[in-house]
Amino acid sequence: MTTDLRSQGTEARPSHADATAALLRELVAHLRKNRTQLREEWARRITESKLLTAMTREEIFAEATSVYDNYVEVLETGSVEALQAYARNLSERIIPRGVETHEVLGIVLLLRDVLARSLFKKYQADFALLNSVLDAYEPAANRIANTVAVGFVQERERIIRQQQEAIRELSTPVLQVRDRLLILPIIGVIDSLRARQLTEQLLRGIRANRAKVVVVDITGVPSVDATVANHLVQTVDASRLMGANVIVTGLSSEIAQTLVTIGVDLSKINAVGDLQGGIEEAERMLGYAVMMPEPPPAEVKA
Amino acid sequence: MRVPILKQSQYVIASIQSALSDEELLQLRDDLARDVGRYRSRGVIIDVTVLDVMDSFAVRTLRAIAHMIRLRGAETVIVGIQPEVAFAMVQLGLTLEDITTALDLEEGLAFLNRQGAAGARHVQ
Repeated sequence: MTTDLRSQGTEARPSHADATAALLRELVAHLRKNRTQLREEWARRITESKLLTAMTREEIFAEATSVYDNYVEVLETGSVEALQAYARNLSERIIPRGVETHEVLGIVLLLRDVLARSLFKKYQADFALLNSVLDAYEPAANRIANTVAVGFVQERERIIRQQQEAIRELSTPVLQVRDRLLILPIIGVIDSLRARQLTEQLLRGIRANRAKVVVVDITGVPSVDATVANHLVQTVDASRLMGANVIVTGLSSEIAQTLVTIGVDLSKINAVGDLQGGIEEAERMLGYAVMMPEPPPAEVKA
Repeated sequence: MRVPILKQSQYVIASIQSALSDEELLQLRDDLARDVGRYRSRGVIIDVTVLDVMDSFAVRTLRAIAHMIRLRGAETVIVGIQPEVAFAMVQLGLTLEDITTALDLEEGLAFLNRQGAAGARHVQ
């Protein structure tokens, strides 16, 4: 930060930049001197504002200490890299415990306020000096708040991306139950990306297994809207173009009602109540007949 | 290139060898309409395995061929539509509603044989 300010300053007012650097040094000295007291004040205000309720008092104090030291270090060196790394590390630790974005932003802004208050108190006699101290302090403090908040949000986004990836990897299997008969059990919410992937997998499966009948089971799909229903219709149509019949099973009564209400054209869809019924229907279409073997003699006697 | 049309017992098989221009598609239509009468065929199989693109003109022409052949008293089966092509067609709304499709040539022949068997039983 110091170097930044200096390089900006050399173009216009080099003496001012030097003055800013001097003021920041003074500021850092002040914050170091009053470390214990300001840190306690900050931790107290965090608890008062009911922030970080997921953490214990001791944890808050420990984290507050590290954040405070990092904060002062950024003011001193002007380099936010160490703080960025710390913010990422902190986010990794606290996100799984349910700490929200507003809390993280809240505590950083509180620290900014606590430190500003102490500056007001120290320089209250000399208004002009207070002004220049704040001129030096505010941009640096805002940059720190920014860094921590952005670090936290980025970490959250990274976790979300990772989870989406994980869900995608849990992709739906296409299973062969009998010669020329596939089942495709769909579990979970279907979005357009997943629907596309499902259809592609199914079509490849049809070709690879030379399937004639496919049973698509949607028992595990919590809700169906117009988009999902259209994807279903598209899957059925595409499978038919590949020469396979599709049977859809596991349409719950709620889903059936929704579909009728939103007016999706399901006339082309061959629906059977449950997976068992669907497989039986498919076996009938393929000409299979399932027979019970003769019961073992012991049971006959009984 | 003209699409070769092969006679195989009661059926004719049009096996598309490369991507077709619009003229070649129309040529195929005319050839099939003629050959189905010439060979007194009961079924026509159009194999599109090599096509990795099917535009709306191709789909419309295939449908026209199927309708024409039905009027000539035979059944049409389109075989070998690739997964990617099937998906793209459905997204474009080109679903070949009333046309029979099958996975490959073997399946197409099996379908026509079943149709023939059903017809024969009717005669008895």
